[in-house]
Amino acid sequence: MSNKNSIIELEQVVVKFAGDSGDGMQLTGMQFSDASASLGNDLSTFPDYPSEIRAPQGTIAGVSGFQVHIGHKEVQTPGDLADVLVALNPAALKANMKWVKPSATIIIDIDNFDNKHYKKAGFIEDPLHDSSLKGFNLVKAPITSLSRATVRELNIGLDNKTADKTRNQFVMGLLFWLFDRDMTMGEHFLQEKFAKKPELVKANIAVLRAGFNYAETVEAMTNQFHVNPQKGRKGKFKKISGNIAASWGLVAAAEKAGLKLFLGSYPITPASEILQELSGLRNLEVKTFQAEDEIAGICTAIGASFGGYLAATSTSGPGLALKTEAAGLAVITELPLVIVNVQRGGPSTGLPTKTEQSDLLQAIHGRSGESPCIVIAASSPGNCFEYAFEAAKLSVEHMTPVILLSDGYLANGTELWPIPQMKDLPEIKTPRVKDNDPNYQPYKRDPEKLSRFWALPGQEGLRHRIGGLEKSDVYGEVSHDPFNHQLMCQYRAEKVNRVADYIPKQDIYGSKDGGELLVIGWGGTYGALYSAVKEMREEGYDISLAQFNYIMPLPKNTDEVLGKFKKRIICELNLGQFADYLRSIYPQYKYSQFNKVQGLPFFISELKKRFKTLLEEE
Amino acid sequence: MTDNNNSTQELTKKDFTVDSTIKWCAGCGAFSILSSVQNTLPKLGVKKDDFVFVSGIGCSSRFPYYIKTYGIHSLHGRATAIASGLKSARPDLNVWVITGDGDSMAIGGNHFIHLIRRNIDLNVIIFNNKIYGLTKGQYSPTTPMGSKTKTSPFGTIERPFMPGELTLGAQGNFFARVIDKEPRGMEDVFLQAALHKGTSIIEVFQNCVIFNNAIHEQITGKDVRDDRIIYVEHNKPLIFGKERDKGLILKGQDLEVVKIGENGISESDILVHDANNPNPNVHYMLARMTYPTHPVAVGVIRSVEDNTYEGLLEEQIEHAKANSKIKNVDDLLNSGNVFNIE
Ligand code: SF4
Repeated sequence: MSNKNSIIELEQVVVKFAGDSGDGMQLTGMQFSDASASLGNDLSTFPDYPSEIRAPQGTIAGVSGFQVHIGHKEVQTPGDLADVLVALNPAALKANMKWVKPSATIIIDIDNFDNKHYKKAGFIEDPLHDSSLKGFNLVKAPITSLSRATVRELNIGLDNKTADKTRNQFVMGLLFWLFDRDMTMGEHFLQEKFAKKPELVKANIAVLRAGFNYAETVEAMTNQFHVNPQKGRKGKFKKISGNIAASWGLVAAAEKAGLKLFLGSYPITPASEILQELSGLRNLEVKTFQAEDEIAGICTAIGASFGGYLAATSTSGPGLALKTEAAGLAVITELPLVIVNVQRGGPSTGLPTKTEQSDLLQAIHGRSGESPCIVIAASSPGNCFEYAFEAAKLSVEHMTPVILLSDGYLANGTELWPIPQMKDLPEIKTPRVKDNDPNYQPYKRDPEKLSRFWALPGQEGLRHRIGGLEKSDVYGEVSHDPFNHQLMCQYRAEKVNRVADYIPKQDIYGSKDGGELLVIGWGGTYGALYSAVKEMREEGYDISLAQFNYIMPLPKNTDEVLGKFKKRIICELNLGQFADYLRSIYPQYKYSQFNKVQGLPFFISELKKRFKTLLEEE
Repeated sequence: MTDNNNSTQELTKKDFTVDSTIKWCAGCGAFSILSSVQNTLPKLGVKKDDFVFVSGIGCSSRFPYYIKTYGIHSLHGRATAIASGLKSARPDLNVWVITGDGDSMAIGGNHFIHLIRRNIDLNVIIFNNKIYGLTKGQYSPTTPMGSKTKTSPFGTIERPFMPGELTLGAQGNFFARVIDKEPRGMEDVFLQAALHKGTSIIEVFQNCVIFNNAIHEQITGKDVRDDRIIYVEHNKPLIFGKERDKGLILKGQDLEVVKIGENGISESDILVHDANNPNPNVHYMLARMTYPTHPVAVGVIRSVEDNTYEGLLEEQIEHAKANSKIKNVDDLLNSGNVFNIE
């Protein structure tokens, strides 16, 4: 009965799942990406949550989406536009129609496409009968009714409401067929997912098969796609999100440094997952403290740091603003502290579930007084691990707070991440003091790094007082001496500047010796910028990329990197904060800018268009 | 500031005295509080290196610089939060918080109530002088209604907080009140507070000679205090007065002052103070008493044992360590869904 039509081999494909927030689209997306990962595809995913927890059903505000980009080659972003869109209701279709490719396959649940649903979604005309879906490969599947019928036939006493929760498996079945995949993988996922509820395992598997069989028999879809496994990639991988990676990076740093981890934090979107994840790691002696507010979050961490813990606090933009005063205390007491800021759209509450890079200047400058601290930024979900580890390492070794910038896009996005081994991670040396060290003074400094030393309460013979009042050099007495204050301000600034001696040089992707155009980015935009630059290089353009992870201080060769190119363009998801920063340090260069503040990541297509225009300009 | 003297012999007050000058105004009530604390510490059987004093901002909060222990002079209102983190991380330390009425009741009010709710084993001394001293004389959250200060030239129109009420309202398990002029009373209470497991709140009626001189004198003055203060002691009848002829009884829904020997009242009718009663109702009434309707209660009003936050946290860690298969970070990184790509 096989109606196997042609199987088309694809280099990469983008699938978007969209439905009501209760429809389980996130789960479906994860299931699809897990299966892809098992098959050896590279991947990147991004969820698109509504900001309300349960907005009215069937409305645009209630649409929840999940985008998966899988590839035979390396995949760096969740993709600009979808090749396949699954829309379980008209609202999901309406919200996503502008994010699909012109010839995309659109799978809809025809059972939900009626006047009642059109009205809720705000369609004036029936989209199935006007020209709005022209050119698409539209698959009208009776997903709800067939799912219900399948569950009913099992005769295991599940009602329609429960049956409707299996609809996502029908979708899954369709996609398994569409992508020419072995069903056992999907079944395995369900067996694990519902391990404690055998009747749900049964129902979901039955519906999954029903979806697969439907696709095979009905000839609804003309082609099947095949995305081959990625070549040359071997080893153990995890599909990891930025928030989990950041959490694990901190735990790894604590273990490496021989310290225990303390996180003082307050729930805030999109950073809460870090607090959640670490709260579950009591087995690794992680202490989490869910504080009464953002301020107490950082203050408890400062207390723990004084007590000799690797201390961290996690937050997002408005929370970082609240932590400002205490961050200043960490600067002047010169205690290690990692502040993870998962940026979101601002100002104020702004766009809590959307991504942005607009806290850069807040991170660099946002404290009272001369208050320098290290600022670094992660640039992919997986390397949130590496940079959280690095933030902890720099903080402890240089005895100063470090702000790690992530963003909503990295935090919630996932990618396939090669699992590191602890033995391969760099050492972290804690500048501890021996009991009864006769030479210990609270503000005596390491001659190279200029950092002070870490003497812990309970240690014999090292009793000392630190605090927010300016302290005298070396001895740490309260001091209002004007020259001492200037000296201490300079020490704190120079200490941070000297971190440049301990971080890697800025890398260039592309023409390492210089060339026509240098694209400059920082942090979470890496995937899009890299992909755009890579595609253009393949098209023959002389274009390169410098993506910055170290912001304060900048890598030592920054000037050299900037100077090698004829043109420079700084791309960031704000109105030009990194551009301002670079201009203030390297005013000798001319910079073009590409800024986007829509709560959305960059699209590769828009970047390429801008770069091409810039290259054509004389 | 550091000291490298590490003699392990029995401690005395001198072990906690600093050489540098103390910069409170002459005659400030803070001096006697400092001295009482220094007298208390040697009695606790704790190594001198294990004490930490954390303070906020204000006159009182200079305290850590004046006592030879580990210390943090932190941010306005945040001492309770910083000390919470320190004690949660390091339950082995003996941690004290020094704060004032502005520091703890105004800017730090939120941290104050949440510290108490969590019952972290900290000893918190509130220097209550009912005024902002360091900023030179603005009214505070404990300034009596109607007081004329620099920022209330027409009199305050805000009802004052009572630290005891707030403590008990936040489910506090230890609350005591003492007077800066009574060192023996302070030392006794500081000792009980330090030995109590859980958050101990001690309100000190402290005199600010400069901006609010004699604010507590109406209660604590030599000539009047016997009749206006009741020194409460666990398991002792609530009796006061120069002649020890007055007492408290529970009448209806309130405490009432009665005279022993009048209206058929004898000593056995007087309410006996039970500081250890988990039910806080009477403690609340005691903490709220104000002159002239009642005497002001001084001493340990409530002292009830319960689990501490840091104790429960350690228990969870022990339990999780014993029951999890994930023993180190390598285990963690390889846990859950791992894709083995060949
Ligand atoms: S201003 Fe008042 S509280 Fe402050 S030190 Fe002087 S007397 Fe003491």
